[in-house]
Amino acid sequence: MLSKRIIPCLDVRDGKTTKGIKFKENVDIGDPVEMAGFYYKEGADEIVFYDITASSEKRNIMINVVRRVAEEIFIPFSVGGGIRNIEDMRAVLLAGAEKVSVNTAAVDYPELISEGAKAFGSQCIVLGMDVKKVAPTQSTPSGYEVVTHGGRTFTGIDALAWAKKAEDSGAGEICLNSIDADGAQQGYEIALTSLISGNVNIPVIASGGAGNINHIYDVLKYAEADAALIASIIHYGTYTIRQIKYELHSRGIKVRNTW
Amino acid sequence: MISIIDYKAGNLKSVERALKKLGFPCCITHKNEEILSSQRIIFPGVGAAGQAIEDLRHFGLDKVLRQAFETGKPILGICLGAQIILDKSKENGAQCLGLISGEVKLFPSPLFSEDNERLKIPHMGWNSVHLIREHPVMEGINPADEFYFVHSYYPVPASDKCVIGTTGYGIEFPSIIGHKNLIAMQFHPEKSGTPGLKILKNFCTWNGHYVE
Repeated sequence: MLSKRIIPCLDVRDGKTTKGIKFKENVDIGDPVEMAGFYYKEGADEIVFYDITASSEKRNIMINVVRRVAEEIFIPFSVGGGIRNIEDMRAVLLAGAEKVSVNTAAVDYPELISEGAKAFGSQCIVLGMDVKKVAPTQSTPSGYEVVTHGGRTFTGIDALAWAKKAEDSGAGEICLNSIDADGAQQGYEIALTSLISGNVNIPVIASGGAGNINHIYDVLKYAEADAALIASIIHYGTYTIRQIKYELHSRGIKVRNTW
Repeated sequence: MISIIDYKAGNLKSVERALKKLGFPCCITHKNEEILSSQRIIFPGVGAAGQAIEDLRHFGLDKVLRQAFETGKPILGICLGAQIILDKSKENGAQCLGLISGEVKLFPSPLFSEDNERLKIPHMGWNSVHLIREHPVMEGINPADEFYFVHSYYPVPASDKCVIGTTGYGIEFPSIIGHKNLIAMQFHPEKSGTPGLKILKNFCTWNGHYVE
């Protein structure tokens, strides 16, 4: 039986792991290579890196991070943020990432998904979706709209339609982030996760809102999520991955035994 | 020296990095003489069977693999490399290498778990392997160990004797197959943490003998 995956997410800026705290500047919280190595040993099933480096001249710093991570950890990891075209994808995959994640660039140019899948295989291509709850309209009948720029830009695209389109285009997986829940630590958005995951045939990683183990349990148990993305609750030491997985296991969720 | 066969399919570097970490010298190559003079061969692969077979033939690697197999060189197939060693694949209706008799099948759809939960295809993520036969390459692997899978097709050898291990995903499918000096697994040992590295290490010291 397939295990539910627990996936730490590291935001990386200028080669350092960073964490945004509401209304404040991002603070550096460590070296991404060391942190990835630590989470690997702790039993992470996969790791997600988001490059939030602002300037494109510093993009090669991230490629170096990816290369060093690939020498240290022997589980799949994905890299997203700033992937604009096939060449960006190739650079990240050649440096050793298993998957690349596209978000805004796919909204601007949806063919990026099919071109990426054709060049590297569907298993490499993750669609990152930032979603906000809206009043259902003709263009967003599901009541969820795809947003970009951290929720500041509304695209007019329906979240469910976008997920299905991405699947048809060859995306191998969806990382579904609720902007409403993100950073609030009040739980994942169950209805959204359930809606998307229940209507596509590719795995869905739930993202945004994990504040405690109950939240992770709920999204894996009740929302058909295939995996849960976690960040703050492990970066600040509230829980260890070991604790999270053991607790989920004792409550009947199938997770990979790494404790 | 260990040859990692390069036929433009898949993430060869991750296999190379894992072997380097374990301290085994290896090279990524499609040169026939280099492959035939190496001590052992790793045959990875990601992608579609039809294209892979075409690329293999283009480099003359289908003949090289057969020759290496017949001379008793230890060979490890990974993922697509565990599929196209059979006779044929349902994927693209491809005629494959036929080193082990059998065929490659697609997961039935829709697929449901024992708890009647709908299962997605591809089978992507961590799952366990039930070892039904002992094999030197699987020494030290525990029933609780899990491995990283990503695939929609799976290998079905004609003879049950070639099935070393199985995995459950709606159905019970062969996830490790072996015949003589050839062992192959549907999952990615190079991406499966400590137990995966253990398998690679075992393979790198295996003499190719296996009594069926």
